[in-house]
Amino acid sequence: MRPTIAHDVRITDTTLRDGSHAQAHQFTETQVRDTVRALDRAGVEVIEVSHGDGIGGSSFNYGFSHTDELRLIAAAREEARSARIAVLLVPGIGTVDDLRRAHDAGAEVVRVATHCTEADVSPQHFGVARDLGMETVGFLMMAHRTSPEDLAKQARIMVDAGCQCPYVTDSAGALLMHEARARFEALVAEVGDEAWVGYHGHQNLSFGVANSVIAAEAGVKEIDGSLCALGAGSGNSPTEVLAAVFDRLGVSTGLDVMGLLDAAEDVVRPYLHRWPKMDRNAIVQGWAGVYSSFLLHAEHAAERYKVPTHEILRRCGELGLVGGQEDMIIDVAMELARAREQG
Amino acid sequence: MSDRVPAAIVGPGNIGTDLLAKLARTSSIEVTAMVGVVESPGLDRARAAGIPASAEGVDWLLAQDPLPRIVFEATSARAHAANAPRYAAAGIRAVDLTPAHLGPMVCPAVNMPDHLDATNVNMITCGGQATIPVVAAVSQVVDVPYAEIVASAASRSAGPGTRANIDEFTQTTARAVEEVGGATRGKAIIILNPVEPPMIMRDTVYCAVPGEVYDDTTTTAIAASVHAMVARVQEYVPGYTLRADPQFDPPRPEWGGNGRVASFLEVRGAGDFLPEYAGNLDIMTAAATRVGELLAAELGAGVAA
Repeated sequence: MRPTIAHDVRITDTTLRDGSHAQAHQFTETQVRDTVRALDRAGVEVIEVSHGDGIGGSSFNYGFSHTDELRLIAAAREEARSARIAVLLVPGIGTVDDLRRAHDAGAEVVRVATHCTEADVSPQHFGVARDLGMETVGFLMMAHRTSPEDLAKQARIMVDAGCQCPYVTDSAGALLMHEARARFEALVAEVGDEAWVGYHGHQNLSFGVANSVIAAEAGVKEIDGSLCALGAGSGNSPTEVLAAVFDRLGVSTGLDVMGLLDAAEDVVRPYLHRWPKMDRNAIVQGWAGVYSSFLLHAEHAAERYKVPTHEILRRCGELGLVGGQEDMIIDVAMELARAREQG
Repeated sequence: MSDRVPAAIVGPGNIGTDLLAKLARTSSIEVTAMVGVVESPGLDRARAAGIPASAEGVDWLLAQDPLPRIVFEATSARAHAANAPRYAAAGIRAVDLTPAHLGPMVCPAVNMPDHLDATNVNMITCGGQATIPVVAAVSQVVDVPYAEIVASAASRSAGPGTRANIDEFTQTTARAVEEVGGATRGKAIIILNPVEPPMIMRDTVYCAVPGEVYDDTTTTAIAASVHAMVARVQEYVPGYTLRADPQFDPPRPEWGGNGRVASFLEVRGAGDFLPEYAGNLDIMTAAATRVGELLAAELGAGVAA
């Protein structure tokens, strides 16, 4: 059932999907073509292209896409000589109809994402993906919010539904090294040789690369990165750093380190709206366990309602909000503003 | 002999039991039967409440004399598709709480008066019942080129049927935002949150407001229309509240030159049988009860004449 992986670890680049959050979903076709070409030449085998919140994510709640993502997917497919194009699908936001359209546009891999305890909303989407002949990945988001044992049970639900690689998805960049290891080991033990296990990290507490090394040690085979760390919060594990670190460790990835450094420096850096960094707001996200994509939305609400961004984010953490509840950020900001008026 | 309109509930699960409690409080409907296909705690609960209950299914129900005049169906889309023609043949009105969507989609605060003669009406979805009134309220003031709703519900309140076919929720709700709410284009999003203690159902309604009419007069009129509509829904869902006044954002190029009104709703259940946090389930049973009352008034009027 699980696909062949040619190297010790396969890196999936998500600059053009998770990075869409940091770019407020304003990617242009030219940026996508240039980035895909550079990644493909540097040996990246899977390149994710979607609205940050997945196909169908263009909305008031998450931000409208500058360019229709189907056009971006088709452009990426044209540029990729050997890499395959992946899309993200969050059930409840996107539908199997969106998936069929993405497949028609050239997507060959789908990553179906649910909150870490809600995997049972995904079988419908895995079923359609497998019928379409797509490779399947399962994102168990906000993986810090449940125990390693329960995360493994959720991974089992996905694998039984046709998922070839459940991921420990650290959406909040909150997992400390021992917490990440425990989850990798639990999933690897659960899925055995039926599927691979993956890891998606964020740099909010600076552990994205360190946890990727632990992941490789624990038998995780698919690891996500983004050029220049371009992603939500303080960004993802930088693809170019992962390539360099795994090269030093003697873990084969098939990646060309210099090619990725050039791609990051010459292709991505010139179009960055902002270079994701560990500032107060992003660190609070890792510390309080807040979905990384909330960052820009919280900044906008902070400006609109005159309350500090980091206070909004902390409150989001206290309320236990999950990915997709971006509307609640406005609600929280209004509540904080009311409390200030009364205080 | 009661002058209340006799009605049956088919599907004695959590929804059916909660519905029984709400229908029992009405002055116009008398629940004369609770029907399942296997013995279950729901049938026992109905019997304990003095309601005739059977595990013999719709065959049993249709053998009763007199027949109910309204059936509330809280089973599954497949079961309702099988049962609906039999209700229709027997002259029984059906209020469908399943995703079968055989009849017109109705929201009591918005379009039920248009469908009082329908043999079968569908209750859309929980998120639809919570949000479509607000879309309709905005549509009454301006053309709404696009409306988007976000429903957040406690994980514990989402059953296996909803989970296995979550696309059905988003697609049906989006269609109803258009057909019942009056938006040109609709989008629906649903999020399940497992936080403990469970979160109370929350819904956010975003409506695009055309830039050419976006001014203080328009926003004042929209706000008043939304407040008035929320009061109408509160008549049958007491725990339905706005968290704040509707929030207006002026037109932006990235919104296609439209402005935006955002309404933040909370739906706290009545706690009849379902827990208070499950406002998503409560609003379905409360809305179905309201539809039943409107139908009963229509049927009762026919009898009196």
